[in-house]
Amino acid sequence: MSEIIVVSSGKGGVGKTTTSANIAAGLALRGKKTAVLDFDVGLRNLDLVLGCERRVVFDFINVINEEASLNQALIRDKRLPDLYILPASQTRDKDALTEDGVERILEQLRSEFDYVLCDSPAGIERGAHLAMYYADRAIVVVNPEVSSVRDSDRVLGILASKSKRAEDGREPIREQLLVTRYEATRVAAGEMMSVDDISDILGIPLLGVIPESSGVLEASNAGVPIVLDENADAGQAYRDAVARFLGEDLEHRFINVEKKNLLKRLFGS
Amino acid sequence: MSLLDIFRTRKPNSAHMARDRLRIIVAQERAARHSPDYLPTLKRELLEVIHRYVHIEPDAVRVRLETEGDNGVLELSVALPHDP
Repeated sequence: MSEIIVVSSGKGGVGKTTTSANIAAGLALRGKKTAVLDFDVGLRNLDLVLGCERRVVFDFINVINEEASLNQALIRDKRLPDLYILPASQTRDKDALTEDGVERILEQLRSEFDYVLCDSPAGIERGAHLAMYYADRAIVVVNPEVSSVRDSDRVLGILASKSKRAEDGREPIREQLLVTRYEATRVAAGEMMSVDDISDILGIPLLGVIPESSGVLEASNAGVPIVLDENADAGQAYRDAVARFLGEDLEHRFINVEKKNLLKRLFGS
Repeated sequence: MSLLDIFRTRKPNSAHMARDRLRIIVAQERAARHSPDYLPTLKRELLEVIHRYVHIEPDAVRVRLETEGDNGVLELSVALPHDP
């Protein structure tokens, strides 16, 4: 049974594209045939984060306009044979993304893939609306910061009322929360909201917590999703999130300050 | 400043401030989400009518819709200034 998942947040810069890339790569790593779609028309970036920017020939809008077939536009990842990327168009015409076109592409992908991830643009405009409209599940990405939490709550309201599932009166979209850029030391110092505070305010189940980590920037510099790095804490956190996404019950890590032993304190970790 | 003061002076916990402010604004916005779309327009038009007779501030008009069983109750409160 294949599923369509939207990665959303409302606010920009919280890690939607990083999360889309890593969850998609993590699912492919687990042998799930996964497609990840960039809905950010005019601001294509998923290709860059996944390191396939020089292999883009056709894009989402080309497929909608029937200038290319879906198979021609999908880019197969070189590291993960089960991962495919559909890049956004760099056109400035946002209306090029049509409701019928998106539905047709998603239905075709649904028949060929286990999971279809939709990387939503920031905001609540057309692109964001279309990315979430046909979704079965949602990953809401949030930073431990007031404006991000408030915007995520707006997105939850829209997911509950403006999706195809809501309009058809079907079971609502299954929502899960992913907290990114989490700093356990600052939480312990009372400078940052805890993951409990955030999930309590938003009231949806927690998929995972990604710690603030220099590795995330370096991974995007290189165009390699950090989930492929078994030694990176953020990579492990994304692997955990993928396992939970697939229904496994794992304890949350990276939430509490790691107690360093004396040797580590003296010589560094 | 004595050495003890270093331990006594604690910064106010800004994470709790963030949490408490968010709880209030999120609750307000959720309540507004479930109210009918015409409520903001109704409020503005009421304000215009009242304004013809007395000068009031925009936040002096409160419109609330509550549902009790099958009935909806529209609650309207207008705070008038001391010297109208």
